[in-house]
Amino acid sequence: MWRRLLVGVATSALVLSACQQAAAGEVEVFSWWTAGGEADGLAAMVEVFNEEYPDLTFVNSAVAGGAGTDARAQLATRLQASDPPSSWQGHAGQELIGTYVAADQIEPLNFLYQEEGWLDVMPETLIPLISEGDNIYSVPVNIHRANVMWYIPSNLQEWGVEAPTTWDEFLATAATLEDAGVTPLAIGFQWTHMHLLETVLLGSLGADAYSALWDGSGDWSSADVTAALETYHEVLHFANADASTLEWDQAAQLVVDGTAAFTIMGDWAEGFFKAQGLEPETDFGWAPAPDTDGLFQFLSDSFVLPVDAKNREGALAWLRVAGSQAGQDAFNPIKGSIPARSDGDRSLYDAYLTSAMDDWATDTVIGSLTHGVVANDAWKAEIDSALGLFLADGDVGAFQEALVAACAETGPCS
Amino acid sequence: MTSVPVTIAAPRGAGRRAWARSLGRGLRFGLLLACAAFFLLPIWVMLITGLKSFDEVSLARMWELPSGINLDNFAAAFERLAPNLLNSILLAVPAAAISAVIGSMNGYILSKFKFPGSDLVFTLFLVGMFIPYQSVLIPLVLFVQSIGLSGSLLGLILVHVIYGIPITTLIFRNYYATVPTEIVESGRVDGAGFFGIYRHLILPLSIPGFAVVLIWQFTQVWNEFLFALVLTRPQTWPVTVALNNMAGTQIVEWNVQMAGALLAALPTLVVYILLGRYFLRGLMAGALKG
Amino acid sequence: MQLRRAFQGRWVAVGMLAPSMLAVAIFVYGFIGWTARVSLSEWRGLLPDYTWAGLANFVDLFADRRFHIDLINTLVFTSFFVVGAVTAGLLLAILLDRQFRGDSFFRSLFLFPLAISLVVTGVAWRWLMNPSTGERLSGLNLLLGTFGIDPLAWHTSDQPWGIAFVALPAVWQMAGFTMALFLAGLRAIPEELKEAARVDGASELQVYRGVILPLLRPVLLSALIILGHLSLKVFDLIVAMSGKDIRLDVPSIYMWTTTFDANNYARGAAIAIVLLIMVAVLVVPYLAWSLRREAEV
Repeated sequence: MWRRLLVGVATSALVLSACQQAAAGEVEVFSWWTAGGEADGLAAMVEVFNEEYPDLTFVNSAVAGGAGTDARAQLATRLQASDPPSSWQGHAGQELIGTYVAADQIEPLNFLYQEEGWLDVMPETLIPLISEGDNIYSVPVNIHRANVMWYIPSNLQEWGVEAPTTWDEFLATAATLEDAGVTPLAIGFQWTHMHLLETVLLGSLGADAYSALWDGSGDWSSADVTAALETYHEVLHFANADASTLEWDQAAQLVVDGTAAFTIMGDWAEGFFKAQGLEPETDFGWAPAPDTDGLFQFLSDSFVLPVDAKNREGALAWLRVAGSQAGQDAFNPIKGSIPARSDGDRSLYDAYLTSAMDDWATDTVIGSLTHGVVANDAWKAEIDSALGLFLADGDVGAFQEALVAACAETGPCS
Repeated sequence: MTSVPVTIAAPRGAGRRAWARSLGRGLRFGLLLACAAFFLLPIWVMLITGLKSFDEVSLARMWELPSGINLDNFAAAFERLAPNLLNSILLAVPAAAISAVIGSMNGYILSKFKFPGSDLVFTLFLVGMFIPYQSVLIPLVLFVQSIGLSGSLLGLILVHVIYGIPITTLIFRNYYATVPTEIVESGRVDGAGFFGIYRHLILPLSIPGFAVVLIWQFTQVWNEFLFALVLTRPQTWPVTVALNNMAGTQIVEWNVQMAGALLAALPTLVVYILLGRYFLRGLMAGALKG
Repeated sequence: MQLRRAFQGRWVAVGMLAPSMLAVAIFVYGFIGWTARVSLSEWRGLLPDYTWAGLANFVDLFADRRFHIDLINTLVFTSFFVVGAVTAGLLLAILLDRQFRGDSFFRSLFLFPLAISLVVTGVAWRWLMNPSTGERLSGLNLLLGTFGIDPLAWHTSDQPWGIAFVALPAVWQMAGFTMALFLAGLRAIPEELKEAARVDGASELQVYRGVILPLLRPVLLSALIILGHLSLKVFDLIVAMSGKDIRLDVPSIYMWTTTFDANNYARGAAIAIVLLIMVAVLVVPYLAWSLRREAEV
């Protein structure tokens, strides 16, 4: 009797699970926007999509996991099996180009840009960074800034310090803060260390030398890079000891609690501060990371068109919405980023975001490392390994050697 | 020299022994309680965090009790995870049931039929129990895709059944080794064929074996993450993948996350509470002896 | 007549076994072979590339500083985990090897961590082992503080000791299982042997050392093998606790990141093969020994 019950359950379960087949007219989109403001922003953009294309069904295949590694693993296996979704989210730049263009898995989108007139509304400095040669490969939905330093103004006043504008000033301020029993810098997991590293490199080397490192014309073994790494090493001395156990938002929490003074994090941190009930400018403040005033170190979430995309027309429909004013203005205010288009409706964006939109329009645009603009996945993984080893042993010389080797093996250096 | 009187040691009176025994018992109970408290620690943390409201949640206030019994988090977590809990059930029940039947059949064959090479086959099966899943991930996905089952629970069930063959076979083989061969012999003498013997003689004896295997496989399949991640789509995600998704990439709502984690652990916990003694009995009877 | 039927029975038996044999042949050995082939290739992007590379990937791997850390971490983790789980399991088994009120409650209690995924409890453990000091004292350090013990750095301790602390949740999960194995072993020891030793004047401690523990050796061996191979495969726990911190890196994590983050399938496959060899070195002699022992019986 038990056996029959078992068999019955097993068969019905099998039948049920076999009935989950995909239907046509669907647009399946991969992303890592599964919770919080990101999920809500995506939902808003999907609403715009549903209004404009009522015949198409949006299938949300979002997978969580730090900056999408689980999503990318799942995507990799789908691509291996030649079964791509209709579109997927990726960081604009080498993360997409170095991986997928190299494998001929995404299509150039120049035709779409011309149809939609996007070349007129997206910044000129952005286009080369999301292209390979003359081919544009993705549709950026938003722009985030990486080189932002956050703090609580009332706390800084209490401690008698100001937000430093250069790394030298930072080190001096940090010493003062440490004497007062305050942790100067709050930081978290290893990727946040890479995030800090890129701002230090940018600040120390300047825009041109930094960009040169990524196209093969720069020299990773130069004395300037050594000096930058030494600065980085010194800055880390002023970070919280339990960094390796904290997510980026728990590190930001230290700043909110008044335990730490500064945290250098991308401007998605703004959403965190606001969720704590803090108001921009009055309760929390921001400044460009030291030595990077006038430089906008960006990253962008964007969507691509896979070769042999499922339901190609539907995929194109999605891309049109992603690049449209309506789509971007639906998504970005909720997500907490600025539109890639320059014609966003400013009234929808708060104090920080409007200041970021101003900076985006005037600053020099530089690519982020941690968030996939300037280095492809393989190269970034090598840098990550080298960074991890450096965090374990503190050996600047070995770190630099490893960076040189990484560029030679997986980057454009010879 | 004069011998030392034997009575130098304290006399082993009945009273002294009883006192020592109750001290020993008390000590043992104390130790057990301490161990039990340690074992419950992570669950306790998850429980009190799951009952807190969002602003109460922080590392600094980890041990503070929640201000009230706030079941909203559990409701919110359940709302998000309900379809995935169903998927997990649709996954784990058939997978456990089928792999138990296959394991039983294999275990019976390998323990009662000594054909040439049967030991070799058994060893080759056992090796399969030890392989790391990462090592076969990519070819596995390609294979599942090529037979058209990628993204469906059916594919994942098939995968779990296949990779469950080694351990279910091991458990049943060890179990049937304790069943005397005379039973099989008597069945054969009575004229029963292979299936007759299996259905009428072996299966009725197999309940303890099935208990261990079903509990083990259900737990393993329910908690598995890696294969589930790459072989299913959002509509078919089991609860482990969905739970990971709830964490999101940016701000984590720890109270809802922990509530969700407790919900995800509940079915296997219930199975252990209700049926755990059979599992224990099976383990202690040597189910997993190499 | 009898002979033919017996013979037929045997063929049916082999026939029923055949699908399993085929499945294992493909899904275990076939796939291992595929992985081995990739480890000898130059596949470094999303497109398969089977160009022959000989043992180059393995040579590079053994010169790789990160892999050195992996191997050391594996050694440390395995040692602490296996010793911890065996000791805890033995202790619990000895404590519970008696009939008393509530004994089955305790046994089930110690077994239940096995039912919960480490992805679920990993975060709770990360909170418990939080190393903050001073004002931000939290987790177990807070509890230790009430006993006057200094806060520990737990899994953020310097290399290679950080990973020893990660063994704690692993021991938590597996101690009950080891306990069950030892309980089985203890039950199998005939009471007469213990009585004989006691009658000879041995104290309880001497009974344990002289009679019980030696007879537990086969169970100990099974436990060592099962725990050993589990510790080589550990993945979910370390990821849940460490956020891919290199100080806590192990081969299975390196394999994941190098395959899916860096798209370096050749190196990932090489790590997978090294992992397999480590497991085989542990498991194959044990299987051979245990089968031979069974044959002797």
